[in-house]
Amino acid sequence: MTRFFFRRKSSREVARDRLKILLISDRVNCSPEMISLIKQDIARVISKYMKIDAANMEIEINTKGKGNRGKTPSLYANIPILDLHK
Amino acid sequence: MSNSEVIVVTSGKGGVGKTTTTANVGTGLARLGKKVCLIDTDIGLRNLDVVMGLENRIVYNLVDVVEGNCRIKQALIRDKRNPGLYLMPSAQTRDKSAVSPGQMIKVIEHLKEQFDYVLLDCPAGIEQGFQNAIAGADRALVVTTPEVSAIRDADRIIGLLEANGFQRIDLVINRLRMDMVKRGDMMSASDVVDILAIPLIGIVPDDENVVVSTNQGEPLVGNDTPAGKAYANVVRRVMGEELPFLNFERGISFWTRVTGIFHKA
Repeated sequence: MTRFFFRRKSSREVARDRLKILLISDRVNCSPEMISLIKQDIARVISKYMKIDAANMEIEINTKGKGNRGKTPSLYANIPILDLHK
Repeated sequence: MSNSEVIVVTSGKGGVGKTTTTANVGTGLARLGKKVCLIDTDIGLRNLDVVMGLENRIVYNLVDVVEGNCRIKQALIRDKRNPGLYLMPSAQTRDKSAVSPGQMIKVIEHLKEQFDYVLLDCPAGIEQGFQNAIAGADRALVVTTPEVSAIRDADRIIGLLEANGFQRIDLVINRLRMDMVKRGDMMSASDVVDILAIPLIGIVPDDENVVVSTNQGEPLVGNDTPAGKAYANVVRRVMGEELPFLNFERGISFWTRVTGIFHKA
């Protein structure tokens, strides 16, 4: 009940979220810093052609398929476009 | 034996219960009439012998076998209580480089002729000790606790096992505390399975009886204790039986079911 009102994450949820992020970089053998560099570069390139919301873009490396295993990892980018015609 | 299985028990991180799991699963299989050989592959830090209560009977060890100082049969210690259960101890005064993966495969090929199950207790880490332990195995039990560090290491180990061609990798979640899960301070079994994405073969609750059983050198599988019951189920699932998870394994007690009704309402 108290959790419902205060909305503080339980340590269980914190652990789960931390692990999910950690394992993404562990599995593809690339560090969170590198992911953030890729993100910046992608934002710069796309910005040449259209106006994007770089602050709210998300990128993620996913090993898609059942159970997250056994498939080639792929890069997902979710980039909000503010204006298609620059 | 033609259809014998060689199972490596591994985890990456130390202290999560590999040796306890090896001892209990091995003992449980032997109680069900299987011929079982346990091999301690942790050279230099042997433990399985004390957990099994067989530390006073060691004459020869795995390194002696590999170096040809004795025959395989001479290094096998018969269990005190369970016929059909044998232990090949590790060497305490040597290091991991004393054995190579090729030598392990040879020893295991030999043991497969006489045993239904060969269980390998793997050392912590991913170095040569790990490579030795997995070399001759065709199946793996990955042991983890519901903690961030152990799960991270388990994920790495699973990746390495897959890269080494393992087709059957099953997960044992050890030391689960339902009281903590319920108050949101420990990841649940399904959280862990979600993250690691391999089949679950057992959930062992955190149980002080495990310490007592280790003190006495008698595995508790099959005893009327939470961990003893849980290990008995792991054993049956290892043999291929499809068993539902116990209430405490899933963490749904009668009481939470009752209160759960009110929560939904």
